[in-house]
Amino acid sequence: MTHVQSLIDAIGVGALYALIAVGIGLVFGVLRLINFAYGQLIMLAAYALAFTDSWPDAASIVLAVLVAVAASLVLERVAFRPLRTADTSTMLVATFAVAYLLQNAALLQYTYRQRGGLGDPVGTLADLNRAVTIGSLNIRWATFLAIGASLVSLAGLALLLNRTSIGLQMRAAAMDFRTSRLLGVKADTVIMVAVAVAGVLAAVVAVILSITSPLINPTTGLNETLIVLVGVVAGGIDRLTSATLGGFAIGFATSFVGSELPTSGTTPFTSNVYMPSVIYLAVIVALLLRPEGLFARPGQGSVQRV
Amino acid sequence: MRRAEWFTELLGPIALVVLLAVASSLWVTSGDQVKFQNAIVYVALVTALYVFVGNSGVISFGQVSFVAIGAFASGVMTIPLDSKRGVLPTLFPLLRDHTMSSAWSLVLAAGLGAVYAFVVGIPLMRLSGIAAGISTLAVLGITYNILTYWTSIGPGSTVLSLIPTTTDYWQATVGTVAIICVAFAYQRSRFGRQLRAAREDPAAARAAGIDIHRQRLLAFTLSGALSGFAGGLYVHLLGSIATNQVYLDLTFLTLAMLVVGGISSLFGAVVGAITISLFTILLGNSELGIHVFGWGIKAPAGTSLVGVAIVMLVILLLRPSGITGGKEFSLPRSLRSTPRGPEPPTTPAPETGV
Repeated sequence: MTHVQSLIDAIGVGALYALIAVGIGLVFGVLRLINFAYGQLIMLAAYALAFTDSWPDAASIVLAVLVAVAASLVLERVAFRPLRTADTSTMLVATFAVAYLLQNAALLQYTYRQRGGLGDPVGTLADLNRAVTIGSLNIRWATFLAIGASLVSLAGLALLLNRTSIGLQMRAAAMDFRTSRLLGVKADTVIMVAVAVAGVLAAVVAVILSITSPLINPTTGLNETLIVLVGVVAGGIDRLTSATLGGFAIGFATSFVGSELPTSGTTPFTSNVYMPSVIYLAVIVALLLRPEGLFARPGQGSVQRV
Repeated sequence: MRRAEWFTELLGPIALVVLLAVASSLWVTSGDQVKFQNAIVYVALVTALYVFVGNSGVISFGQVSFVAIGAFASGVMTIPLDSKRGVLPTLFPLLRDHTMSSAWSLVLAAGLGAVYAFVVGIPLMRLSGIAAGISTLAVLGITYNILTYWTSIGPGSTVLSLIPTTTDYWQATVGTVAIICVAFAYQRSRFGRQLRAAREDPAAARAAGIDIHRQRLLAFTLSGALSGFAGGLYVHLLGSIATNQVYLDLTFLTLAMLVVGGISSLFGAVVGAITISLFTILLGNSELGIHVFGWGIKAPAGTSLVGVAIVMLVILLLRPSGITGGKEFSLPRSLRSTPRGPEPPTTPAPETGV
């Protein structure tokens, strides 16, 4: 039964990581840019939750969404748009600089408020951190929320992409940016919509993350984003579906491998502290076998930058 | 190219490093000198990164793995024996019961960096683009993870301290200049030229008979050796090291320095490392309070890192291809002894007529 428990937990983590993957994949689709600052966007939204902890949950969540979307749009306007024609390495480093900026700004506010410790507490939806017992299984409500939120978000996104004009334009832009512009797709609008949706998703991720780890600090969301970045590429970053699956797979694998490996042992790969190594090694093998991504349609590797 | 010209190209970066060393050792308070020594070591780290990334055009997030291996190997092997047995009892006997001089430990660091890079590079250098970038990031993740938990080869999650601080101005400058010379020699060798050709046009390079995998592997291995060496310099400057000092932050910082300077030239690597380091020192000191033309400025603690990030962004926005634009150092035309022919036009002349 413990295996079933780890399986369910792993699905929860996978669902959360899939959301991060969508945020990264959407922006990559239109900008061909791996956004290393996405984790900091999640962190920013989580701080919005922490600072409005005394507000009603709904208001606090709405604010977090607004903050993440606003920050996302500002980043696009200030850092990414002027560099859109620049070399990929320049855009990449611009995302590092933005990430560095946001992270240190988050650290800086501690010196102003003279607070230290482990971070700022968030009580939004804290009730969902309790577990419900079914037979011998303990499933946290947060797991259900993660699965539910990611299903709802993915369904919403699918509707946006498949049923609206802007969605069609986004898909066209992701496939061939230059040609779609020639056909009348407005580059700035498409990019702004993609970036804004990514911002909304960052806020959703922040809400879910803050339930299971309610202390917010400048590294909140960082490790998750890093591993999802890896997962997205291993899954296949050229299509949103394969990127999302990659995110889910790596989240699932991280959680499952972490709980199935023994807890003691110091030699590499023998205990759960080496879980990242196991995952990264699997990613390397996957990329060597299928450089265009595990879930990519065969023979559909597009021209890659970076 | 004329002889004088390649001489200038090499002399430019070296002169910058030597100037930084001499000027700061003469005019900077002894408390601040270590920051400038740190800047010189950063030149070494970024130049080592450049050897692969700049010449191949493939972004690697993995070079800091080799820095880490070099730093920890060099650190562990130079801690005095009697204290090593006490602080690192879980080491393999080979590591625990032997010690070496700091100079030999740098050689060891370079060797281990090269071996590790070669082994990793054999499969990974077949990849290109995003897949190559992310798989090198995965290598960094594995290196960090194993170094943090495997106490048979290092300090694990604790700080490795008691490392002799032998990297002074001499060692930093000589070591860094050596790395610059190797990088320069490589990029002018036929191997370096083949790789640069492959960077510009892989298809044409392949058609001309260039084995891209082999050339990338060579550059990756050389870069691994230099990174390991630079890691050795770094650890002997710091005197102590923890695994998170040679992980993501250093990776992002060194890549940022390279791109800010100009990713495709050696001069760019050196200029980028020095520029960002100087801004870091300047802004860091402004937190302690500095006097500029009689004005006392004191920035709030913690603003310096935010400032450095803004400086990077501004430079990138103003000069998207880096401060040097990816060009090597050359003297202003008026100073050249042998005048060159007219510069080739950078953009093709507009066609007239149909």
